[in-house]
Amino acid sequence: MAKFQSLREAVTENLRDGDTVAFEGFTHLIPHAAAHEVIRQGIKDLTLIRMTPDIIYDQMIGMGLAKKVIFSYAGNPGVGLLRRMRDAIENSWPRAIGTEEHSHAAMANAYEAGAAGLPCAVFRGYRGAGLKEVNPSIKSITCPFTGEELAVVPAHRPDVAIIHAQKANRRGDVLIEGIIGVQKEAVLASKRSVVTVEEIVEDFDDLHPNLCVLPHWTVSSIAHVPGGAHPSYTHGYYDRDNAAYLEWDKISADRDLFTAWMKENVLEVGPEAFANRVKGL
Amino acid sequence: MTNLSGFTPNEMMTIAAARALSNDDVCFVGIGAPSAACNVARLTHAPDITLIYESGTIGTAPNVLPLSIGDGELCETAITTVSVPEMFRYWLQGGRISIGFLGAAQLDRFGNINTTVIGDYHKPKVRLPGGGGAPEIATSCKEVFITMKQTTRGMVDKIEFYTSFGHGEGGNHRERLGITTKGPTLLITDLAIWKPDPETKEFTVASMHRGVTRDIVQETCGWKVRFSERLEETPPPSELELTTLRELQARTERAHGRKKGA
Repeated sequence: MAKFQSLREAVTENLRDGDTVAFEGFTHLIPHAAAHEVIRQGIKDLTLIRMTPDIIYDQMIGMGLAKKVIFSYAGNPGVGLLRRMRDAIENSWPRAIGTEEHSHAAMANAYEAGAAGLPCAVFRGYRGAGLKEVNPSIKSITCPFTGEELAVVPAHRPDVAIIHAQKANRRGDVLIEGIIGVQKEAVLASKRSVVTVEEIVEDFDDLHPNLCVLPHWTVSSIAHVPGGAHPSYTHGYYDRDNAAYLEWDKISADRDLFTAWMKENVLEVGPEAFANRVKGL
Repeated sequence: MTNLSGFTPNEMMTIAAARALSNDDVCFVGIGAPSAACNVARLTHAPDITLIYESGTIGTAPNVLPLSIGDGELCETAITTVSVPEMFRYWLQGGRISIGFLGAAQLDRFGNINTTVIGDYHKPKVRLPGGGGAPEIATSCKEVFITMKQTTRGMVDKIEFYTSFGHGEGGNHRERLGITTKGPTLLITDLAIWKPDPETKEFTVASMHRGVTRDIVQETCGWKVRFSERLEETPPPSELELTTLRELQARTERAHGRKKGA
């Protein structure tokens, strides 16, 4: 049953050292404010799952929170590489991390299998691809009906899913619209979930009946954090801050610059800073 | 930079790639050069082409080029936007995409692509972003077009990692792995248009862009280049193609430039 809490309480109550956690949002609705709260609380030894690790995992990895990352595209979308994640993989800075790499199709299927309560996901994939030679969790299975050989990966079953959404109503139902990504699957696949929202409204009575809504009893905690996706965007609220993504390429290129930026913009501020960052976007 | 013939090699590359697309195509669009080419096609000879980005946007018609595969513009102009699992399961794996359009960091003569790693996978010299949707785009789309600028670092004799499978070691390698789609059928670079040899599947230069010589093509390619016996010259961009591309890029620059920084 969804509890309305401050972001700080929501993170403290749901995420623990050593947990496996999925922050989702496919370019859109990336839960930046929640990631920053996790960094402030210094939660350690996390296994991070995310299709596109993106700036948030670059920051969490750079701050030494991650012991392992399960992912399918480790780039800064539209810009280039993730420099903190690379530094961790190539030079073990600030600590060594393990990686488990998949394709997008495999990750999406693994979340869906998790949501469906299945142990694994079966799909037509990885044919001729090098990943199946280096990732032991990619296996194959023969279809008992047709004899076709198909790929299998384990389902994602995170301890916690963390997402950002447009709205919650007073009961705690959560609305996601626009590019909906894989968030519904991530929440349903996880034991607990934290959702930050732009807005809390009375009810959803005037909405289209087929919109993507997570019923209140599927969500653990909701925190009201306007602007909480920045520099990602929230459809209907503010645009993507593309300049900030370009800027990250420079900040993340240098360990000292990165550390100073994190201190100033993450460690020494709270979630309320996000509302200002999206003004004018 | 515009050269003497009035267009740049990059512009020629994008326009040649756009020409390869038709109105009836359902195209899975990679970001960067493929995205520009697909939208030039849509704004010129193929207004009804279906463009799909892996963020779930189907039948999108952006006014400016997206910086990422999930920009809001793609969703706002799409016929429908589906979840990412649905995108990969029903639309890509379901065989509903005619052309997958990919860029490449490293490419070999058989259209195999590496965007994963330079050096040993477990102890990489350079860790690249990885495959994203590419491994399944390369095998589930009916055919694959590739576009990239020619350099000896990019077009290499042997790739270090098979991020996505092209024709493998050539010949019928796809068939032997149970892959039923055609794979890479076209490579468009800033210098030439390449097509696979029908038997060996090695990319062969079918057409060179205006002003390009065989020597230039060879000097910027890491393998021994084969040229078609009926080598053609790529028709230069038309006024309409060039204007469409330049206006699209100017709109894009204005749109992304005006956003404030964090």
